[in-house]
Amino acid sequence: MKRAQALTQLQSIEPNTGSPPPTPATSPEGKAAAPAEARSLLATAWMRIRRSKIALLSLCVVVAIMLFAILAPVLSAMSGNDPFTSNTSPEVLDDFQTPGLPLPGYMYPSDEHWLGVEPGLGRDLFARLAYGGQVSLTIALLSTAVSVVLGTVLGAAAGYFGGKTDAVISRIMDLFLAFPHLLLVLSLTPILQSRLRDTPLGEGSFLPMASLVIILGFFGWAYLARIVRGQVLSLREREFVEAARSFGASHLSVLFRQIIPNVMGVVLVYATMLIPTNISAEAALSFLGVGVKDPTPSWGQMLNAAQSGNWYLSDPWFLAVPGVMLIVTVLAFNLLGDAVRDALDPKASRH
Amino acid sequence: MVLLLAAVSFITFTLFQLGPSDPAAAACGQECTPERVAEARVALGMDQPFFVQYIDYMRGLFSPRMIGAPGAQTLCEWPCLGKSFQTNESVADIIARSLPYTFSMAIGALILWTITGVGLGLLAALRKGSPVDKFIVGAASVGVSLPIPVTGLFLLLLFVNQLHLLPFTTNEINSPFGPQGPGAWVANYLLPWIALAVLFSASYIRVTRTNMIETFGEDFIRTARAKGLAPRTVTFKHGVRAGITPVVTMLGMDIGLLLGGAVLTEQIFSVPGLGFTAVHAAISGDLPVTMAITMLAAFFVIVANVVVDLAYAAIDPRVRLQ
Repeated sequence: MKRAQALTQLQSIEPNTGSPPPTPATSPEGKAAAPAEARSLLATAWMRIRRSKIALLSLCVVVAIMLFAILAPVLSAMSGNDPFTSNTSPEVLDDFQTPGLPLPGYMYPSDEHWLGVEPGLGRDLFARLAYGGQVSLTIALLSTAVSVVLGTVLGAAAGYFGGKTDAVISRIMDLFLAFPHLLLVLSLTPILQSRLRDTPLGEGSFLPMASLVIILGFFGWAYLARIVRGQVLSLREREFVEAARSFGASHLSVLFRQIIPNVMGVVLVYATMLIPTNISAEAALSFLGVGVKDPTPSWGQMLNAAQSGNWYLSDPWFLAVPGVMLIVTVLAFNLLGDAVRDALDPKASRH
Repeated sequence: MVLLLAAVSFITFTLFQLGPSDPAAAACGQECTPERVAEARVALGMDQPFFVQYIDYMRGLFSPRMIGAPGAQTLCEWPCLGKSFQTNESVADIIARSLPYTFSMAIGALILWTITGVGLGLLAALRKGSPVDKFIVGAASVGVSLPIPVTGLFLLLLFVNQLHLLPFTTNEINSPFGPQGPGAWVANYLLPWIALAVLFSASYIRVTRTNMIETFGEDFIRTARAKGLAPRTVTFKHGVRAGITPVVTMLGMDIGLLLGGAVLTEQIFSVPGLGFTAVHAAISGDLPVTMAITMLAAFFVIVANVVVDLAYAAIDPRVRLQ
């Protein structure tokens, strides 16, 4: 019963499930329905997510982490610290046994330093974690946006126009999927940074962020494009596309106003799943030393700092802070992605 | 496939050649006069048109060629991938030196995660809906979210630094047949294997579970049961054989990917394989090395794709190549 109800809702966003039932409110056909369609998509997702405890919890965690990052300046001002002020006085950091190691009162959370201080430079860990979250999440979200736009437009164009356009775009997709991702991203990031250095994007701490967004965004679209293309192939044969064409709508108008709104369900699912991938990728690259670099904090940069000089061996807390944050964030986004997929794309969850 | 390989090599070459503002300056180092940059440019063949450079590079893959400035040319033996900017060593030698480490990492991790991933996935599928199933699925969700830097460093901290159970990885062991014997080899690579296996087996559990559940619901399984075959025969001879194909695809792709170097894991455990070499080359701007490793890795992925297609036919009786 519940299942049948859900399926009825789903058919409004699932373009290739045969002829949709006559539900006038959420009919995907016709021009006027396009904006209502987009709203019903999120509404459907929300209705399904609300029913699952895990999905609801992960949504709350995601929102909390976003707020934590957005409010970084406020929160660190409340704690009375900032992420860049270093304090290496012998009252804070050990001078004798292990030079640079925070003294017991400063290593772990306290009133003064909510998450303790960094070994070596004695900067406040809480402020670095919050500002680092800003950097990490900005990179992940922007690069996802770049991939999603590229993947949707190119995939839809390949599926809709067919023929030579399809052949060219599909070959490019195959190529992108054949490249070993991390390796290519890793070797191209320093190259791109040296290229961007003299442009407006190349100023200070902005440079690594911009280059990561461009590289991660540019190498993440192929998979989504392939999925979108498959959906559009069946979509373009449908009556409402023909109807729009016979009204005299141009190909571009049909593509952007009829086709793309109808694949937004799938796009939303893959976008949610791409975000944790990009968070991990930023962490990996910064950890390897080609992404965000000290003094700009990011979660990957903090992991890099924990490993360099083997600080994590004498001060495991220094590894745990960014490590746990990263795991919780990626886990929450992954679970949310699963929930969105189950809500909007029941076919994918069965495969 | 040959076409795809050619395209991959061409694109990699283009990206790397057009990339940096001036590879000659990078090759020449910090203290460099304009004259020396110009010399380096000639020595690298960069005064030649772009296509000539590419053809020269590709020719080196099939036969030895001479590289360097006219008058100071040196023989670059087959297979010629150029010479490192940093050490002037032949790139082919650097790769040959790194490969055994990468193989050592890949083999163990592969065996470990295939056994745990497929085993647990199958178990979850057989006990669908039970607490065992829920626990395995939950563990897989967590496992897939564990970033390698965090797991890797944590494993080092726990097993090497705190419990003193395992030694820190050393560069001296790169094969189970070395003088130290297979035991030392396993002890040396066990932690990197676990770090990789935690991440990879999680996705294998998911894929195995969903596919096996789907397969067990199909008609031919019911037929096999109705014929009165033993549950074990139904599960393994009929079910697993048909439901395992997506896992084989994944495995093939992952082998291809891993042979190109487990970048993060090698970096964390200081294993000087392809990935480790690539990171250091990338950071120091050693273009010939990063370019060659990227091409090699793409080559492994493409070959893996073809092997997967062939393996399909062998495993699943329903798939036959025309």
